[in-house]
Amino acid sequence: MSNIEIKQLSKTYNSKSPVTALEDINLSVATGEFVALLGPSGCGKSTLLNLIAGFEFPSSGSLLINDDKITAPGPDRGVVFQEAALFPWLSVWDNVIFGPKVNNIPRHEYEHRANQMLRMVGLEDFRDHLPIQLSGGMRQRVGIARILTLGSNILLMDEPFGALDAQTRLSMQELLLSVWQKLKPTIIFVTHDIDEALFLADSIYVMSARPGKIDRKISVPLERPRKLEDTSSEIFRSLRLEILHMIRSSHG
Amino acid sequence: MINPQIKKILLGLTLPILICLVWQYLGELPQFAGILPTPLKVLQGWGDWVFAKPGMGLNPYLGTWTANVSYSGSRVLQGFLLACFIGIPMGLMIGWSRLASSIVDPLIQGLRPIPITAWLPFSIAIFGIKDFGSIFLIFLGGLYPIVVNTTQGARDIEKNLVRAALMMGASPYQLLLRVVLPASTPSIFTGLRIGLGIAWTAVIVSEMVAVKSGLGYVLWDAYYVGRMDIVLADMVSIGVMGFISDQIIVLVQNKFLSWRILQSH
Repeated sequence: MSNIEIKQLSKTYNSKSPVTALEDINLSVATGEFVALLGPSGCGKSTLLNLIAGFEFPSSGSLLINDDKITAPGPDRGVVFQEAALFPWLSVWDNVIFGPKVNNIPRHEYEHRANQMLRMVGLEDFRDHLPIQLSGGMRQRVGIARILTLGSNILLMDEPFGALDAQTRLSMQELLLSVWQKLKPTIIFVTHDIDEALFLADSIYVMSARPGKIDRKISVPLERPRKLEDTSSEIFRSLRLEILHMIRSSHG
Repeated sequence: MINPQIKKILLGLTLPILICLVWQYLGELPQFAGILPTPLKVLQGWGDWVFAKPGMGLNPYLGTWTANVSYSGSRVLQGFLLACFIGIPMGLMIGWSRLASSIVDPLIQGLRPIPITAWLPFSIAIFGIKDFGSIFLIFLGGLYPIVVNTTQGARDIEKNLVRAALMMGASPYQLLLRVVLPASTPSIFTGLRIGLGIAWTAVIVSEMVAVKSGLGYVLWDAYYVGRMDIVLADMVSIGVMGFISDQIIVLVQNKFLSWRILQSH
């Protein structure tokens, strides 16, 4: 349904001294796969996400979704932003139904789904609140509920839990896993947190900076559904160590 | 002991009352007689201007206050609404579209340094000594701050809000109406309040020259016939009208921007 094929993709920003943000990226994501892009800041992981979202366009190479070239952002690829990017003048409910509304979907068709998604992220009692009245974690849950209501097959998440405190981050990760278990969307998740990538993803692409490229793909052999206890397992710890070494050696 | 709200009001009134008392005292001294009417004289003249039956003879100001206030008020309202209807969409377009910005912005920026008072002869030449000569000036005075502030609001919009809307499938028109416009409302209201202040300036200036009614006309006319009590009463009336109309905008603003007010607390 929604596989992503990226071949020999590069992105260069033209200026007085051109900056190569991404170089020779090859990436293939299967339908329903949970992929993490892991790397230090400046490795171009967010740029790669913006390219898939259609916010920016590659300088060379190809980027296909179901064999179609990406020409613009669209509801098939829902984006969860780092700072939620909710509309501050709209209530939680109006934020969640913004997508169906601008797509002229009649109310009776989206209302049930929107309610269902709000319940899934645990915000059914906060429908009338404004974003400013919510905590950071709750805002991100609204951000997730709105793209689930939109019906996106692909979720693009740009360090969505990076600004949250440790406890909230953990419960958000569990929430995301349960949502993914239920709906099986394809997820591309950008993070610089090794534990987060290991806990969530099927495959981790470890990236390095200047120029941004993919160093290695790591498949995470942990069973699904994953539990908190998995994070202290032998496999988890040895994978974490392996990735740490990898990142350190690529930094020279 | 006293309610802090009342205490604040009383403190605020202390200085104006003190000034009036000193003024009343000095005004009654023989060496200052005839320069300025005392506050009591002003109140008396104002009372006649508002309540007395329009009479014949030497006092042309009896009972004409309400009519003149409504002449000026309706001119401000018409000119200001016109400035809103043209200024807000224009500002959004300039702030949002690079093309509109390159076409319209140079004209706006080129005309803006010309003070609205300099437009008076032009306005009279084109529209004559008629209502619209005054309304045009009010419109022009209100237009600039509304356009400039709306433009700024549309330009300062958070990039990720635009991306979020595009990602959810918003069309360019929906983006403008559902995202850029509401995101710009705080700056739009700033523009409206500045614009309204200039609109009151414009109505007074234009009524002094371009029309034969309204608070501005009475102000100049009363000065010519030596009725300083009416001049002062007129000045205070203008201030009160300006204050009330500004408060109306604040009221509307608080209704539209409750999300913003919560944000800043």
